[in-house]
Amino acid sequence: MVNGMVKAAKVFTMDEIMRLPSVSRFHFIECGANTAAEWGNVAVPTVQYTHGMISCSEFTGVPLITLLELAGADLKNGKFVLAEGGDGSSMTRTIPMSLILSGEVIVAYGQNGEMLRPENGYPLRLVVPGVQGVSWVKYLRRVEVGDKPYATKDEAIHYIDLQPDGTHRQYTNLQECKSVVTTPSGGQVLLDKGFYNITGLAWSGKGKIRAVDVSVDGGRNWRPARLETPVLSKALSRFNIDWVWDGKPAIIQSRATDDTGFVQPTYKQLRAVRGTRSIYHNNAIQSWLVQENGEIKNVQLS
Amino acid sequence: MSSCRKALLTLALMAVAGLVSAQGTSKYPGVGRNATPKEVAAWDIDVRPDFKGLPVGSGTVAKGQDVWEAKCAQCHGVFGESNEVFNPLIGGTTADDVKTGRVAKLMDPAGGRTTFMKVASLSTVWDYINRAMPWTAPKSLTTDEVYSVTAFLLNLAGIVPDNFTLSNKNMGEVQARMPNRNGMQTKHAMWPGDEFGGTKKADTANVACMKNCSTEPTVASFLPDFARDAHGNLMEQNRIVGPQRGADTSKPEGKASAPGAATSAPVVVAQAATDTKTGAKADGAGIDSKAALALATKNGCTVCHGVSNKIVGPAFSDVAKKHAGKADYLAGKIKSGGSGLWGPIPMPPQTLSDADAKTIAAWLASGAPK
Repeated sequence: MVNGMVKAAKVFTMDEIMRLPSVSRFHFIECGANTAAEWGNVAVPTVQYTHGMISCSEFTGVPLITLLELAGADLKNGKFVLAEGGDGSSMTRTIPMSLILSGEVIVAYGQNGEMLRPENGYPLRLVVPGVQGVSWVKYLRRVEVGDKPYATKDEAIHYIDLQPDGTHRQYTNLQECKSVVTTPSGGQVLLDKGFYNITGLAWSGKGKIRAVDVSVDGGRNWRPARLETPVLSKALSRFNIDWVWDGKPAIIQSRATDDTGFVQPTYKQLRAVRGTRSIYHNNAIQSWLVQENGEIKNVQLS
Repeated sequence: MSSCRKALLTLALMAVAGLVSAQGTSKYPGVGRNATPKEVAAWDIDVRPDFKGLPVGSGTVAKGQDVWEAKCAQCHGVFGESNEVFNPLIGGTTADDVKTGRVAKLMDPAGGRTTFMKVASLSTVWDYINRAMPWTAPKSLTTDEVYSVTAFLLNLAGIVPDNFTLSNKNMGEVQARMPNRNGMQTKHAMWPGDEFGGTKKADTANVACMKNCSTEPTVASFLPDFARDAHGNLMEQNRIVGPQRGADTSKPEGKASAPGAATSAPVVVAQAATDTKTGAKADGAGIDSKAALALATKNGCTVCHGVSNKIVGPAFSDVAKKHAGKADYLAGKIKSGGSGLWGPIPMPPQTLSDADAKTIAAWLASGAPK
């Protein structure tokens, strides 16, 4: 159902939605709390625990703007859209109108060439590229056009970012530019000295990855990594770089830059603004310490 | 008469034309239908911070307590203190917070955060109870029950008195007493669009320095040793093929000097199977331990198996204990490989000669003496 500030509230069946012109796009979906445990100090051992709450898929569906236009939505005064799920709690989130107007927000029924799976929101879920996963409302049943934000539970009690001055930031949606080396990474053990391929993933909620640099000396010197293609907007991009390990301690880091020119921050820079209790949106540069015995540890610098 | 009929016909044609052009305004004819007012009323249940969408109704603190104890307290606790599964709803707010609209305890770096310490908008509480509670039967509360439960929580949080009746008429007054009502801000660059009038400037402005960058590559934070195994055995969470393995966190970390030695791959060692000169007999009697161990080393067994210590596979002494006397079984197992008996990491089938396999198996079956 589409209702609210529209000429006529509309009901669309799945059959009808699947008749409309569809788009298929690759996007990452990342939990706003990915890397949350690490705001204050190292808390978990491996990349699965530090950065695991992310994936990248091809989604197929209809741009939400198509449905809004069919209902005659007031796109001038309607500045916010509420998305509501058909789960038990009828989960709700306020969706940014700018991403709807740009055609990026998709009402998706397909993922990776098959229908959405139940755990991923069958039959319909919202795809909100670049925005934290909680906004990708599953089992989508209703969208409402309004002139004010909705302060739903997950934007008034959870998914609010505590700042050093004791205020909370509300409606923090974007997943800013971020990257992580996945191999070699924490909890792994290198089998011997010699050649290794350092590999990892980079992404930005604001666009494409422009470059990824890798350091093996804790951030003093950096080398540009090879970006694997295709590099897509608001999607995971893999990077690789050669490395010969001399058997001495090394600290491996990756640092991504997106096509807005934004460079992934250090922990020091991020904490200087947001403190350590923000929980959400930790996109700091990750450090992995390679020890002489080959075992790799999750560490933080400064 | 005829001119009159002609006029009617023209009107009818105009009507048809009008219909056609109305349909023509949709790019996608035949898709979607108008929702009925009843459908909209049934589905459109959200309540906004300005209380748009709030239905008429009321409820007392006392009635809220009854509903609470019957339907809510199992999970959230009698006083909203909750249990080990659910976050506390109540606590951490003061009478002074009700005056200032800022919860002072949020400045306490060690403090936990309850729902009423955080939430700025009363509508959020009402809306979520209405749409999502109780967990086992969402939307089963009547409108007045939702008002009652909300009133009870507000009372527990010290926002309204014991004899309070909450209704659609006084929600605004209560909103003006919410302890953290002034604790939210939207002045940030994390919302895509300018609807909140935030900023476009990101919080950080790192630069992509490439050479001799000013940084201190010293480790300031790492996992303490006691947390080594806190997330399970990392060896079992990593691939068993490739340039690295997971660290075996079931035992203390290996010495710094020997990368590779402690964590070698369970690779198939494709050595030429040669008969042993020792001609050891697999009859159980007169086991030549040295010869057997030499064979195990030659055939690559000791890469994964220690004599008395677990490496990737179990210790020879443990295998001997488990399969004492079963030389034939062990000889077969060496040749066929397997997994599951000692953990998920498989032992590949080994390509050694039957004679070698029998010798090693006999040694194991006799207790793997040193």
